[in-house]
Amino acid sequence: MMRRLALFLLCFAVWIVLVWPPRDETGALRLADLSAGALAALLAAAVMREFTFEKTRGLLDPRRYLWLAAYGVVLLFYIVKANFDVAYRVLHPAMPIRPGIVKVRTSLRSASAITALANSITLTPGTLTVEATADGWLYVHWIHVTTTDPEEAARHIVSRFEWFISRIFA
Amino acid sequence: MSDTIGAVMLAVGILFNLAGCLGMVRLPDVYNRLQAATKCVTLGTCLVLGAVAVLTAGQSAAIALRGALCIVFIVITSPTAAHALARGAHASGVKLWEGSVADAYAADGEPGAAREETE
Repeated sequence: MMRRLALFLLCFAVWIVLVWPPRDETGALRLADLSAGALAALLAAAVMREFTFEKTRGLLDPRRYLWLAAYGVVLLFYIVKANFDVAYRVLHPAMPIRPGIVKVRTSLRSASAITALANSITLTPGTLTVEATADGWLYVHWIHVTTTDPEEAARHIVSRFEWFISRIFA
Repeated sequence: MSDTIGAVMLAVGILFNLAGCLGMVRLPDVYNRLQAATKCVTLGTCLVLGAVAVLTAGQSAAIALRGALCIVFIVITSPTAAHALARGAHASGVKLWEGSVADAYAADGEPGAAREETE
């Protein structure tokens, strides 16, 4: 029940941002918009059983949001780096690529943490997650493979995010 | 001031989108092309949306907020879609480019996320 309530509140918050501002020129609440949003959020919370939060305990822990903010900055740095990297490879006449799929291991276990990790890997230099298994193996397409050893590859690909994500999705 | 920042973001965003599109044309296989499509196009599009937010922040909080919200959604959905495409392509037998050096996923027999591995 708490999980659905949390999902409802999240959906409703997103809706309010979408229909911003919530008050019209006279200062009255725009009830039509808000009630439609409440209905949509209710429907989403009722139907999306699979996609709710895994647990609501600790959802309001401020430290997690601080880690998330710090992680956002780190991720942005790597995204920018990734873009220059790909742009360089694409624009270089000889196209210096050495692609392949390698596997790496992560110690993360919760589904949302692995999802966050896989998405972060996809957004960052030269790597794209092809598959993530439930027991923590990630198969990653790497545009410039320097090693096929899982441990060595994990140091290049995974370790820089794992530390943050394990704190955000504690 | 915010006009200048917005214009620069717009220009840089379009340049990254261009690099992403060039990558789609030049790179040799589905997986490499997805790399270009997810990285350059994500940042490029986010920069364009960010420019919209910066340029309209003074006049309309509504548009600026929507632009910012779209950035969040693109950052979440774009890598997810790329993953689904790469996995789907691999599952339907699309080969890696012949210059590729490794395919650990095929070597392990494409283990699915749903299947529990017995070690």
